Amino acid sequence: MINAVGREIPEEILKLTGKEVFQGTHHFDGKIVQKSGPKTRVVINSNGSKLVDSIHDVLVKCGLKDGMTLGFHHHFRNGDKVLNLVVEECHKMGVRNLTIAASSLGGQNDPIVPYIEDGTITNIQSSGVRGGIGKAISEGKLKGLAIMRSHGARVRAIETGETKIDIAFIGAPTADEYGNLGANGGKADCGVLSYSAVDAQFADYVVAVTDNLVPYPNLPAQITQTYVDYVVVVDEIGDPKKIATGAAKPTTDQRKLLMAQYCTDFVTATPYFKEGFSYQTGVGGASIASTISLAKVMKERNIHMSFGVGGLTKPMCDLLDEGLCRTLVDTQDFDEDAIKNISTNPRHFYITAGEYANPFNKGAYVNKLDFVILASLEVDVHFNCNVVVGSDGYVTGAQGGHPDTAAGAKCTIVIAPIMQGRIPTICTDVTTVTTPGEDVDVVITDYGIAINPKRQDLIEATKDSGLPFKTIEELRDIAYSITGEPEKVQFGDRIVGIIEARDGTIMDVVREIKPFEFKD
Amino acid sequence: MTENPNKKRLRRSMMFLNAQKPSLIKDPYIYKIDSLMLDLEDAVAVTAKDTARFSLYHALKTIDYRGAERVVRINGLDTDLWEEDIRCSVAGGADVIRIPKTENADMVRAVEEKVVQAEEEFNREPGSTLIMAALESAKGVMNAYEVCMASDRMIGIALSGGDYTKDLQTKITGTGVELMGARQHMIIAARAAGVQCFDTVWTNLDDMEGFRKDVQTIHDMGFDGKSCINPRQIDIVHKIFTPTQKEIIFSEKVIREIDDKKAKGIGVFTVDGKMIDIAFYDGAKRNIMLAKAAGVYKGDL
Repeated sequence: MINAVGREIPEEILKLTGKEVFQGTHHFDGKIVQKSGPKTRVVINSNGSKLVDSIHDVLVKCGLKDGMTLGFHHHFRNGDKVLNLVVEECHKMGVRNLTIAASSLGGQNDPIVPYIEDGTITNIQSSGVRGGIGKAISEGKLKGLAIMRSHGARVRAIETGETKIDIAFIGAPTADEYGNLGANGGKADCGVLSYSAVDAQFADYVVAVTDNLVPYPNLPAQITQTYVDYVVVVDEIGDPKKIATGAAKPTTDQRKLLMAQYCTDFVTATPYFKEGFSYQTGVGGASIASTISLAKVMKERNIHMSFGVGGLTKPMCDLLDEGLCRTLVDTQDFDEDAIKNISTNPRHFYITAGEYANPFNKGAYVNKLDFVILASLEVDVHFNCNVVVGSDGYVTGAQGGHPDTAAGAKCTIVIAPIMQGRIPTICTDVTTVTTPGEDVDVVITDYGIAINPKRQDLIEATKDSGLPFKTIEELRDIAYSITGEPEKVQFGDRIVGIIEARDGTIMDVVREIKPFEFKD
Repeated sequence: MTENPNKKRLRRSMMFLNAQKPSLIKDPYIYKIDSLMLDLEDAVAVTAKDTARFSLYHALKTIDYRGAERVVRINGLDTDLWEEDIRCSVAGGADVIRIPKTENADMVRAVEEKVVQAEEEFNREPGSTLIMAALESAKGVMNAYEVCMASDRMIGIALSGGDYTKDLQTKITGTGVELMGARQHMIIAARAAGVQCFDTVWTNLDDMEGFRKDVQTIHDMGFDGKSCINPRQIDIVHKIFTPTQKEIIFSEKVIREIDDKKAKGIGVFTVDGKMIDIAFYDGAKRNIMLAKAAGVYKGDL
């Protein structure tokens, strides 16, 4: 069946997943949904401690068995040690057919690849996958299906019971013996535990894993004792050096600065750029540079941001500290400055991933965004974006909040160079659709800017800005004139993963990779 | 041979790019540089001269540089490389050959001879390849005028501050004092010969304010442009070489009045209280050209 972005979704996959095809971003607006509640093993006794000696013991207590679903967060990013530790133990205990439902997976989780190959893990649900796991999925080594869904969609899937987490593991920078968890003040600070909030609320068993046990009560807590079954102390939950780097030096790459300047000039030419506007940006060099150049214009025109959303980095925290932004709401911290800022600036708030982006609650923060500045591996002439599957066909990226913010923001801007290396970024059809073109308003490249023809209002508002406007087809043609039109990636028949839309429908499928063969 | 129409084109910025590096030469025009200086000389290791020529030739043949001028810096005349460099550049269709370490008119003539031969060999239009000379020594600077006058193809001379200050037995100080004499002498020589004059590079990328002052100085001295080593220098150069709105409006009036008064047989008159005659015409034309290049002139001149 063909969906709203023109992708054929095979019947077998619809049958297997019980899902519908994507019918448009706002198809389910106003729909009534029923949330699903978790089992709760009540604690009436006054024994006082939830401490358990080891990961092994806690898995036994939670009744680990074949076919269970385990939840994890990725706030420790490349430094995460919790997921590998738990999966390693599951493997030792000989369980099979586990589903890993993580907020994201990356190269730090490469050590679990053998457990995909041997059937310990047979299903993966994640925002996306980088590194060895992505390769394993693309090469068909995962026996079940990989579901790639955005941060907002993960919360939706768990709250509606579509994904039932049996045991959630929450790596906690600080924890007390009764399960009050914080994200600042330990060895492995990560600033916030936003992605874990839904795991805490909806998993049957919730296990806190910490390397920094603090006296009771550990307040303020981002996740509180009423949700946590057990607390396990281990040597190390994360490598601080890889959780967050020092703030990235502002880029000196002139190409990125050029695109950042185009972005700022565009943003400031739109009617949304006025006192009290709201803004979110990614962590790429051009995105960060555009925040810095936007700050200059905000100062000149005495315009303030009502709130900024993140994925946060130093430049956004600087806006807050300088009074140019009144509030930051935070779901993840990408550098040490952002981690520190949430504990020092009282206008920098922790929010859950559900508050941030879940499309099936009573209104997420993304709905209140004026601007979001995003990146993309590919953008096609229908403005569809691909942030998960590389142009070589391998799963190599993550949706993150890309589809959530794109859907929510009034002006969604994607910054991407017209080609990366020898691969055209602007193309006729993206390899895989992850964010639908209906939600992408503007594409900014080093060769010019294309506005989605659906946004005649933006075209009209910016026509005298002097910016180098082109159609998206013209940008594609320039890219192809330089790189040539690439041959389509060759895939095998087997579907190894699906790209889930925010609302749980199917945006696209990911097929098994097939080694490249030259035509005769 | 008719005069090449590009001889006096706008050359505010001329950026050095290592011809051996595809990532540098594939699309530098996005930075809106007036002239690209594809280098076969110092940036290229002795062992990589052939590969650099190969990539240069194919870049010239296949890349649409979207109006940016393509200058090739060949190896010095004291090497056995420069003649093949010229063949390769002309075959590829380079706009300008830049001669390094130029010291006298004979060197320019030697290059011109090879360029003429190459144009014939590769069926290029006679006169399509222009020449410029870098002055890198005290002797070169002293002979600036004869170098400027050595060929009809000559677009101008460029100061190469690093080698020149070594020859002077001093160094680049950042104040410009060591370059003062050469700069003044070269701009006078270039103007006397009716060619353009380009200043040396500024290598300290951490001192952008120093760079800005340096560009302002050479702009005020009368130079046509600045050599650059990084795209982040381009905007600063172009801003300094952009006339103010006041200058643009005045230049427009001067051009219109001179055209009008000439028709009426009047030689000297006043514009906004200033005495104007035909001597102001070229300067005013040049201002409008600079304003157009910077995208700040929307008039019809």
